[in-house]
Amino acid sequence: MSAVTEHTDHGTEAHDHADHGSHPTTLTFVKVAIILAVITALETSTYWWVEDAHTVAMITLFICMAIKFVMILLWFMHLKWDSKLFSLMFYIGVGLAIAVYIVALMTFHFFA
Amino acid sequence: MADIAVHEGAHAHEHDAHGAHATSTGLSNNKLAMWLFLGTECLLFGGLISTYMLYRGRLGNGPGPGQVFDIPLTSISSFILLMSSLTMVLAVNAAKEGDDRNTRVWLSATALLGALFVGGQVYEFTAFYQEGLGFTTSLFGSSFFTLTGFHGVHVSLGIIMLMALVGIITRSKVPGDKAEVVELIGLYWHFVDVVWVVIFTLVYLIPA
Amino acid sequence: MAIIERPSAVPTFAGAGANAPAVVTPTQGLGVFKRPVAASGWKSWVFTVDHKKLGIMYGVVSMFFFLVGGVEALLIRLQLAAPDNTVLSAQVYNEMFTMHATTMVFLFVMPMAAAFANYFLPLQIGARDVAFPRINALGFWLFLFGGIFINTSWVLGGAADGGWFMYSPNSSPLFSPGHGVDFWVLGLQITGIASLVGAINLIVTVLNMRAPGMKLMHMPMFTWMVLVVQFLLAFAMPVITVALFLLGFERNFGATFFNVDAGADPLLWQHLFWIFGHPEVYIIILPSFGIISEVLPVFARKPLFGYKFVVFSGAGIGFLGWGVWAHHMFASGLGPVSVAVFSVATMLIAIPTGVKIVNWTLTLWGGKLWFTTAMKFAIGVIVLFTIGGVTGVTHAVAPSDTQQTDTYHIVGHFHFVIVGGAVMGLFAGLYYWWPKMFGKTLNEKLGGWNFWLMFWGISITFGAMHIVGMQGQPRRMVVWPEKLTGEGFFNLHFWNQVATWGAFTIAVGVAFFIVNVVVTARKKERAPLDPWDARTLEWITASPPKEHNFDVIPTVHALDEFFHRKYEEVEHEDGHVKLMKVKTAEEILAEEEARADAHIHLPSPSYWPIVLAFGLPIIAYGVIYNLILSFVGAAIVLLAGFGWALEPSVAEDSDYDPPAGGDSTKELATIG
Repeated sequence: MSAVTEHTDHGTEAHDHADHGSHPTTLTFVKVAIILAVITALETSTYWWVEDAHTVAMITLFICMAIKFVMILLWFMHLKWDSKLFSLMFYIGVGLAIAVYIVALMTFHFFA
Repeated sequence: MADIAVHEGAHAHEHDAHGAHATSTGLSNNKLAMWLFLGTECLLFGGLISTYMLYRGRLGNGPGPGQVFDIPLTSISSFILLMSSLTMVLAVNAAKEGDDRNTRVWLSATALLGALFVGGQVYEFTAFYQEGLGFTTSLFGSSFFTLTGFHGVHVSLGIIMLMALVGIITRSKVPGDKAEVVELIGLYWHFVDVVWVVIFTLVYLIPA
Repeated sequence: MAIIERPSAVPTFAGAGANAPAVVTPTQGLGVFKRPVAASGWKSWVFTVDHKKLGIMYGVVSMFFFLVGGVEALLIRLQLAAPDNTVLSAQVYNEMFTMHATTMVFLFVMPMAAAFANYFLPLQIGARDVAFPRINALGFWLFLFGGIFINTSWVLGGAADGGWFMYSPNSSPLFSPGHGVDFWVLGLQITGIASLVGAINLIVTVLNMRAPGMKLMHMPMFTWMVLVVQFLLAFAMPVITVALFLLGFERNFGATFFNVDAGADPLLWQHLFWIFGHPEVYIIILPSFGIISEVLPVFARKPLFGYKFVVFSGAGIGFLGWGVWAHHMFASGLGPVSVAVFSVATMLIAIPTGVKIVNWTLTLWGGKLWFTTAMKFAIGVIVLFTIGGVTGVTHAVAPSDTQQTDTYHIVGHFHFVIVGGAVMGLFAGLYYWWPKMFGKTLNEKLGGWNFWLMFWGISITFGAMHIVGMQGQPRRMVVWPEKLTGEGFFNLHFWNQVATWGAFTIAVGVAFFIVNVVVTARKKERAPLDPWDARTLEWITASPPKEHNFDVIPTVHALDEFFHRKYEEVEHEDGHVKLMKVKTAEEILAEEEARADAHIHLPSPSYWPIVLAFGLPIIAYGVIYNLILSFVGAAIVLLAGFGWALEPSVAEDSDYDPPAGGDSTKELATIG
């Protein structure tokens, strides 16, 4: 073939090929799914007690959301095993979105 | 444009099972593009979610979130979408092992669960409409339907891609690396699920 | 991406595009269509996925829109040349300035930068094409169809009239009852998709398709700046998409997102627009920065001063560009805290910009300057952009900005940076790269006229605007009345006329460019292979480059790789180490051709990008006139999507000529 050969000389970039060999088993994914389901149940339960303990419910909800978000990314979307460059691409988007929209909402005194 | 990126089965040849051949980073072009696309989608959904957050208390003469939301129902459909992520992961696993039959089974299951979710959404929208919350009733209505509608369209596109993929695999016409195509659609699907995780919490569970 | 094997071409010495493309016969039907394989004629352009052809098409189309936007600008200036003028009615005037800005920003500067990015980015990183050639073609067709779509509004009841940032309530059905704003909304959605897919494509290309040894810190500055721009595009486009959807739903489906009567906050539009709009400012200017960072070192015969500083300040501008959007909204009542925060952030962004200007100046310092037209334009950018930048910094000071908001002072400021900065930079690129793209050098004498007329035209027009703005003339007013003209040296009458004369001076300058293109096209004399003694990898190829760009994918050892292949350090008798030219470009090209790759794999043309892109304006017309049409458009998009998805990435054996198979070396490789 042409002079196009493997050249992985870019030290800063990751070359994880971890999922070539041993990618996680079905059991791992089932476990993750069960955990996600349990968290969703916990989240839903706040519906019935949110009036009694508003602050606790809010904190619970945000923590649960964050855990679910990260778990899906890391396990289901393989970021745990994949290249850091993929994570970077995605996290730039998430980070920018959170930053600019929170600032925009702040100018509307949304959090006041 | 996701369907395009997904089906862009570029550098995949028999001797190149991982689609990551001869690139500067050793990573697949397709996966890099997909992750970047998902990153940009965050800005799209972020904007829609922010619009909703800003307007959710502006009810005009219409009903508010507390009056129309049916949390048990939405919890069930959230759970269904969450489980569709599991079936999607299993499809990706099967595809990586070269198991066409199971790939098709799990892809179909994913599409079915997704369709159940969309069905739930249609039911929910209909119910809301009957309770007096239309698209133009109030700013809450407009921003709610816009946000969840955009998500629903994303799920629907995902279902189309999943079903198309099942068909293409059945006829052995997958352009390029089959496992990677499944994985790419999987990434898209999980992302749609992740967005729903955020919407479910911010829109449905946190009281206005 | 489909990949087609083609036989190795017969090496020709410095053969300017002499290699006849290999014949590929479409023996294998693909679905209902056969693969388009024409190597010449219109089909070879319409179905092409070649980044160079797409780059040229981007350039031609954006030049056309440049002329359209220019005529619109001249009409505006004619209207404002005299008090209480009646060249344009108020309504047409509103449409004129809205479309002037929209055309210049979205249909000229951005796609013109995309033209250079498409053509030169793969060449600069040593690739044979972009990562997704078909998506590249899709981007171009979406841009073209989107641009045509927006402009059809002129004959379908009037164009958009709300100003290019389309503030509510001006954009609402009440104040803009025609379809103009709908055309604008939908057209920008279409070109927005073009930008988004183009951005993803180019980012992946830069990260993944570099030649061996081309580390990130070996990349030419143009490539770097394009990379930053594509990141800005990729993440800013979805924000405007949201805003446009909300506005579209408001206008077409009865939502009230920006309607104060219904309790909405019209500021939401402003935030969404400017969260996109400020990164957009850097999307406009950074390609030009990249171009002059190529041009200045070449014509100063020195390496770029502080390469790393220029890279990181470019990235820094890109990052900070996300945190300053509300400085466009100082007059909207944001509240003191927000104003103070955004004011400080805006001042900060002057730092990386200043770093760049200092670096360019120091690149010139002590260099053996060669004042070609490209160099003149590049120096023009430094001068004019700095002037515009300085008034920009004063706008960061909120109390001062509040005075100037919506006056001609602001118009003067941003035209200095956009026309003096971005457009002059693009012209520098045209003169610098023309011999590479077309094998002929543009006429230097006509180029001189082109440059000086534009330079003085810009200075006069937009300088005069600063003055009338300071005198209080608001922007976007169809007339300035005689009785408010004022007296003395700074009267509106005189300076408005000056601005109009200046605008026509720019137009004459641009006309010289067009004359130059025609004159150059008709002359026989071909440009030398390396007319400027350039430094970067694109100059290692033939002029114009062969279809496969490089006979051998170059292995890169240094920044300014091409320079280092031509020059080596030689020790003189007196012990001094001096750079000596050891090879000419012709010799280097001959060496490359002598060891050309036997089998070069190029992506094959495709029908699907243009078909898919064609569906979108149909959807858009449907939204305005009849939803049934939208379903037709959607069906086209869906079908094209399936055709695209099913197009094999590996061409069938029988697609080859001679047919592949058996012992033939049908080894398929990824390109680049």
